Amino acid sequence: MNLDAVVIAVLVAAALAVALGAALGWAAARIEPDASALVERIDALLPQTQCGQCLFPGCRPYAVAIASGAADIDRCPPGGEVTVRALAALLDRAPRPLDPAFGMPKSAQVAWIDESRCIGCARCLPACPVDAIVGAPRLMHTVITAQCTGCELCLPPCPVDCIELRPAPAVSRHQRRPCAA
Amino acid sequence: MAARSTFPAGLVLDAHKQQACESPIIELPLPTQVVLALDQGAGYSAEPVVAVGDAVAAGALVARADHPFASAVHAPLAGIIVAMETREAAVQGGRSLCIVIDGSGADRIDDSVRPVTDPASLSPEELVQRMRDAGIAGLGGAGFPTPTKLASARELGAHTLVLNGAECEPWICCDDALMRSAADDVVLGALILRRAAGTVRCVIAIEDDKPAAIAAVTKAIERLRDDALTLAVIPAVYPKGAERQLITAVAGVEVPAGGLPADAGVVCQNVATAAAVARWATRGEPMLSRIVTVTGSGVAHPGNVRAAIGTPLAALIAACGGYRGAPLRLIAGGSMTGRALPSDEVGLTKSMNCVLVTTRDDIGSRLGAVELPCIRCGDCASVCPAGLLPQQLLRAALADAHDALRRLGVRDCIDCGLCDYVCPSQIPLADRFRHARRRLLEAEAMANKAAAARERHELHKRRLQQAATAEQRAFDSVRNRARQPGDGSAGDGN
Repeated sequence: MNLDAVVIAVLVAAALAVALGAALGWAAARIEPDASALVERIDALLPQTQCGQCLFPGCRPYAVAIASGAADIDRCPPGGEVTVRALAALLDRAPRPLDPAFGMPKSAQVAWIDESRCIGCARCLPACPVDAIVGAPRLMHTVITAQCTGCELCLPPCPVDCIELRPAPAVSRHQRRPCAA
Repeated sequence: MAARSTFPAGLVLDAHKQQACESPIIELPLPTQVVLALDQGAGYSAEPVVAVGDAVAAGALVARADHPFASAVHAPLAGIIVAMETREAAVQGGRSLCIVIDGSGADRIDDSVRPVTDPASLSPEELVQRMRDAGIAGLGGAGFPTPTKLASARELGAHTLVLNGAECEPWICCDDALMRSAADDVVLGALILRRAAGTVRCVIAIEDDKPAAIAAVTKAIERLRDDALTLAVIPAVYPKGAERQLITAVAGVEVPAGGLPADAGVVCQNVATAAAVARWATRGEPMLSRIVTVTGSGVAHPGNVRAAIGTPLAALIAACGGYRGAPLRLIAGGSMTGRALPSDEVGLTKSMNCVLVTTRDDIGSRLGAVELPCIRCGDCASVCPAGLLPQQLLRAALADAHDALRRLGVRDCIDCGLCDYVCPSQIPLADRFRHARRRLLEAEAMANKAAAARERHELHKRRLQQAATAEQRAFDSVRNRARQPGDGSAGDGN
């Protein structure tokens, strides 16, 4: 057996290892993972209720916190177990139960204003994170049901407690392509 | 015309039509009370235009169709409206707002009921509008409003009208009975529908196990001598009567996944709908009645009955000799695609082509059956007329894997139930797929809502930001003016 051939093979393998290792090390240092892309992907999995139960002011800030490691994935009661699982799969972590300190999941709900009791104070308008309440000072307010996320943020500012949460309407049975006529 | 091509798979099922088909159609007299569901089977409700206590004449409008997927409802008898409430009904979800009319026995007919003097003189648009006013809906089983379908076919430029006389469900024979007794009505209705849909030709498709109906329709077509109206005899394979499968069998084209038949240039209507259109044109009668097969081993004398819409099903069963043996389950529609009903007090709807009474002898063995694991025999895939892979769909449905469900085409499932029928492990596949489609729909609705909420929240934040900036600027300017000596009025800002 030729000793030279063995030496050459070992040297080539060693050289390859050093070169590839250096390239990988350089790439790890220079090409940073795109943090904003990760935030987008996390945000896409959150339910967009904008309720703040995670103690962040909205879904996107929570996504930023998850991406940076400042918050765990168990803080979103509206998303429930489904969201935790989706986040765990995206981030390659083990799924975990929701932290009850941030609230318990509820079935889908929407706000409803008792118009006979509403005094038109307009305090709930800025509180609504998705502008789903229509109204003006001293005029009747009402909730656009289709856009309400059921976040409950309109409840505390109401001075007469005329807002209540009701079960969200069911999704329409049909989803055919709209016809003419 | 011979059938050019056929759809993949399907199955020849044992027919149970003979007994019901032998006897002539029973004309049921008007009942004393009708229960009119405002959702006539299409999933959308008409808007009531009457109130409790109102007197209505026969043929009067009681609910108008505001939504294009709803159809107008008319009073089949003169009487008083005694109730308007949500009741159990033969519709999806099992409940619908219903109008209950007590017959007064009077023979008062509404002024709006008068024959269409000359359907050929009306423009297609007028025809469609008049049919909408008359509450014409598909009698084949889905109850979809005919005018909506015709209008969309016109818009998409359909060239062929296929009249569905296949009637592939093993127990149903109301269309067969209709074609044998009133083939001229079917042909006349075909001409009106062809004109309203703007198609060049019309093909009446009948399965080859109905020789009497084929003979009657052939004669009616011959009397008419219209080259653009032909008959297609297709082999009796379930589910040939499903819209897409029928179109493939008759026109040799496949309707694209997620598309409408009109995308393939075809519009489909049931033969019974055509006959109802003829009735409307010649007598001016809105859709007030239909022929329904009352059958099953739990009925004494199975037969076909023409009854007013809203007739309680108990009256239909009584007309066929009442119950026999130990009735176990009442089903609206056929044995393959029908839906179990809560009671026989629900009213007949436009979409109900069959009332099936099953006994313990028919389905008892199936009821006690335990679902076993899938053994991957592949029988379901070999019978699936939509060319799907039910085995794989089942895995995806159990895992609630939405992407996989979409990729495997769960939406192209036509709900024919053949996979259930052949499954040796008694897995309720079609049920699982129905549930999966519902889950997909909900997930998509939630995703759309989340996307809208995200956008609105961004706009909300921007608006609050702008308002805060504007306020700050106003405050600054007032403060600056206050600091200027000699300007006394600026202090109000504080």
